Amino acid sequence: MPTLTIDGTEIEVAPGTTLLQACEQLGIEIPRFCYHERLNIAGNCRMCLVEVEKAPKPMPSCAAVAGDNMVVHTDSESVRRARRAILEFLLINHPLDCPICDQGGECDLQDQTVAYGPDRSRFNEEKRAVADKYLGPLIDTSMTRCIQCTRCVRFMHEVAGVPELGAAWRGEETEITPYIEKGLTSELSGNIIDLCPVGALTNKPYAFQARPWELAKTPSIDVHDAVGSNVRVDSRGDRVLRILPREHEDVNEEWLSDKSRFACDGLARQRIDTPYIRGNDGRLHPARWDDALRAVADAMTDVPAAEMGAIVGDLVDCEAMTALLDLWRGLGSPHIDCRQDGAYLDASARAGYVFNSTIAGIEDADALLIVGSNPRLEAPVLNARIRKRWRTGRLSVGVIGQAAPLTYDYTHVGEGTRAISDVAKGDNAFAKVLKNAERPMVIVGMGALDRGDGDSVTGHLHRLVENCGIVRDDWNGFNVLHTAAARVGGLDLGLVPEDKGLSAPAMQAAAGKGTLKLLYLLGADEVDTTALGDAFVVYQGHHGDAGAARADVVLPGAAYTEKDATYVNTEGRPQRTQRAVCPPGEARPDWAILRALSARVGHTLPYDTLEDVRHRMTRINPVLGRVDEVVPADWSAVTKLRGKTPRKAPFESPVRVFYQTDAISRVSPTMAACVREHGLGDDDRKAGSDG
Amino acid sequence: MLRDADRIFTNLYGQQGRDLKAARARGDWEGTAELIAKGRDWIKEEVKASGLRGRGGAGFPTGVKWGFMPAEGGDRPNIIVVNADEGEPGTCKDRDILRNEPHKLLEGILLACAGTGSHLAYIYIRGEFVREAAILEEAIQEARDAGMLGPDACGSGFSCEVYVHRGAGAYVCGEETGLLTSLEGKKGQPRIKPPFPAQVGVWGCPTTVNNVESIAVVPAICKRGSDWFAGFGRERNTGTKIFCISGHVNRPCNVEESLSIPLKDLIETHAGGVRGGWDNLLAVIPGGSSTPALDKAACEEAVMDFDGLAELGTGLGTAAVVVMDKSTDIVRAVARLSHFYAHESCGQCTPCREGAGWLWRMMERVAAGNARIDELDEMQAVADNISGNTICALGDAAAWPVQGLLKRFRPTLEQHIRDKGKRAA
Repeated sequence: MPTLTIDGTEIEVAPGTTLLQACEQLGIEIPRFCYHERLNIAGNCRMCLVEVEKAPKPMPSCAAVAGDNMVVHTDSESVRRARRAILEFLLINHPLDCPICDQGGECDLQDQTVAYGPDRSRFNEEKRAVADKYLGPLIDTSMTRCIQCTRCVRFMHEVAGVPELGAAWRGEETEITPYIEKGLTSELSGNIIDLCPVGALTNKPYAFQARPWELAKTPSIDVHDAVGSNVRVDSRGDRVLRILPREHEDVNEEWLSDKSRFACDGLARQRIDTPYIRGNDGRLHPARWDDALRAVADAMTDVPAAEMGAIVGDLVDCEAMTALLDLWRGLGSPHIDCRQDGAYLDASARAGYVFNSTIAGIEDADALLIVGSNPRLEAPVLNARIRKRWRTGRLSVGVIGQAAPLTYDYTHVGEGTRAISDVAKGDNAFAKVLKNAERPMVIVGMGALDRGDGDSVTGHLHRLVENCGIVRDDWNGFNVLHTAAARVGGLDLGLVPEDKGLSAPAMQAAAGKGTLKLLYLLGADEVDTTALGDAFVVYQGHHGDAGAARADVVLPGAAYTEKDATYVNTEGRPQRTQRAVCPPGEARPDWAILRALSARVGHTLPYDTLEDVRHRMTRINPVLGRVDEVVPADWSAVTKLRGKTPRKAPFESPVRVFYQTDAISRVSPTMAACVREHGLGDDDRKAGSDG
Repeated sequence: MLRDADRIFTNLYGQQGRDLKAARARGDWEGTAELIAKGRDWIKEEVKASGLRGRGGAGFPTGVKWGFMPAEGGDRPNIIVVNADEGEPGTCKDRDILRNEPHKLLEGILLACAGTGSHLAYIYIRGEFVREAAILEEAIQEARDAGMLGPDACGSGFSCEVYVHRGAGAYVCGEETGLLTSLEGKKGQPRIKPPFPAQVGVWGCPTTVNNVESIAVVPAICKRGSDWFAGFGRERNTGTKIFCISGHVNRPCNVEESLSIPLKDLIETHAGGVRGGWDNLLAVIPGGSSTPALDKAACEEAVMDFDGLAELGTGLGTAAVVVMDKSTDIVRAVARLSHFYAHESCGQCTPCREGAGWLWRMMERVAAGNARIDELDEMQAVADNISGNTICALGDAAAWPVQGLLKRFRPTLEQHIRDKGKRAA
């Protein structure tokens, strides 16, 4: 343990600690531009220079390792002079266009110039100008402002694994460039906006929308995938202007996927801001809440409980699901399902449907088998964690399903159920990799479970888990990677059909046949709404998507930025969103709508406040009250199944187009621009240009 | 003057053949196996005792550097990299070794490998040295065919493979860590030290990077003895050295001389004196373009070795002596050098990327007289702010010529500015 003296204070640090880290431990702030704790050390900005006694030159504290008996000065005259010098160098070719720069107010260069920089320029030459680059519809560039810290380059190479940025040319002509004029293809590209210490890379859709000090900043949770990334919602008035990641070491570190970051403009489009009732002319007409609720209540009173069903969508919060469950149970209907895609997931034992190893646990794993999932598209942030582990050289990855570029090397073990059975039987070489591993992991995606034979696939997986020792006394390597933010919460609450109840696909079929007379779609837009026969359809949700288009009555709900709500991520970690803006128009929080409806149908739910709902929620499943905790699930409680004869068809990831997976992202102009940019639209695919 | 018998590079001028046969006739590849048999430590100690300091510019003791290499048998092999990326303006000594004495270099590489426990060597040669690279390849093939290199080099049982890697013409790739990055196939950008190459070098392997001349004199040191080599020059500045004398002299040349020879003797004895006589001398850049220039008064007393020139605020560098007589516009000359450094900056770290260009533009304005006199102080500040704050020495190299000019030729600079004013009036 080296002991050193920094500014007169002695400190003992762990071997390998850098001077900058040691300073931070003492609470001494060292200015920096290129250094970022999650990226490799470049040491190129020279802003963090400190004076080390007996060293001939100032040392970059980000790269210098603390040594025994070092005497370090961080505020000596020579250090101050060096900092002033570096800032002067950075500023001579910087345009100083802060008044028209989107980074203004949250700019490292601005802040550090105020703190350490010169107050006037003595640069009498002409300034350098750099041509802007095209990085796609998400990132705006103003490359003259670039200070060549290479954070973005390192992020793309190291974290994103899509090395599409580089520093071309040399000397003062150095330019950060994508080499070719083509949008970045990483699903994590937006993070370079946060990493950029100046205004060279800025948020394109947010350009010139606001100044940071005008924004209300609300900590919240993302719902565009099942990772539950921690976000900050920046809003002004009733508009969400941008979404930024919030640090959570165990979930998203400090990254955010492009969809989670940029789909927020979809929150202001195609919103259901008032109730609608379908008139005799076959069209939806705006209605008052009173009339809409009465219309629903009348329909529900007319139909026997056994002939009404409820399907829950992917963005629904636990509070709303609690209310729906209580209402449905109170009415006596067994038909309720939170798995609108029909995925086979046994709600009776939690270890069977969560990501047991936890996301942070990926960094302990030494072997990983991905089954029926494309984590790069389904959960980009989680995929970055896999890549992070893979880069250490201590993780072997195998994939069963379609081969796709995942940003790390893997063995393509097979395509379908047969491959699972081969590994389970030890007929595939990857079985040995799993068996020899100390921390083996299996990630099962919805692609393996959502195609009707999920129980058989699960049976084969259970055998694989058994034979390859995936679950051990101190390690549970069985993981389900969900794609829906609502799913784990729904399973935790038990929103699955009772014994004689119908599953979501069965409800649709029954509606088509006319045996199910009323269907309540709570934010469910991914069901086939064209085949619901004459059933009376109620849609409660926030966007005018497929569900609302088919509905007979539409009830306006609130989107995730507009309510205080609980979501459980794929690990089984309950987290809470906070209301950042008000729901538009007549829209209301979803649990409250269901509570109001319950009074109309004579089964008044016993709660009037959010606290009451949450109390009820935790009574149903105490885990939901343990906010931000992952309660380990008991594997032995999982009912083990036996696989049947494997079907030949290969597993396909449910996410074909990353940018458009839910009602919000489907109406987002930015996401649509991404789809066009990367040729992912239906027309593009027909033309065969998706490569 | 160095006796002919004491010259190491007896074919520096290419009057004899450069092939294996001719090299052997000059004594190369003689008794190499016996030297290897004496072991790694003996070779290293011999080089250390000779006092040989790196001939590439920095002057770090070669034997000490070899001592940093770890014992064999770690997870990664030790590697020798020969820096043949000779790009310092004014310097052309390695070029002549490569052209005319390639076998001396190869024998030196074999001994350096034996002295550092390496079995693999790369010669990173400057891209512009097309012919020299071909000559090297030819010599390596010859040596391999004759069993001098390869799995059983010179019959010693020691294996040694040598490969040539051609650069692409960037000056900064002559900086040792930039060279290693370039050798790895990446953009040639210097790395932060520590870790030093002996710990983490090319592809993460322990690496020693030596200049061509440093390596090429090793066989002579081992054969003739460290005492013999240490007998030339002063203490801490021993041995012979090839000086490259160019500019306003009557006979520009490369010449091997004893270190610590007075600058005036060097010029008068070997280069036929300054054009127009010693009194026509304006300035001398003593060690390649990055070293600050000396004015005439300093030239009188300058002793050509590491410590002697450091005392005068300049350096021996690569020992490329650039002589300028009174017809030279030294401000213009240094402005041209500033342009070179701004052009060759790799652009990685801030002070050099931004500062080198700034210095060059200021120098251009001063050279044109288009500046204020107080801007000279600003120029000094900019140069001072670059040097010492960069990852590699290129930043220092950009600042030094300007700092030297301000130190010894300030009146000339001011005159430039004033003359412009006069012309305008």
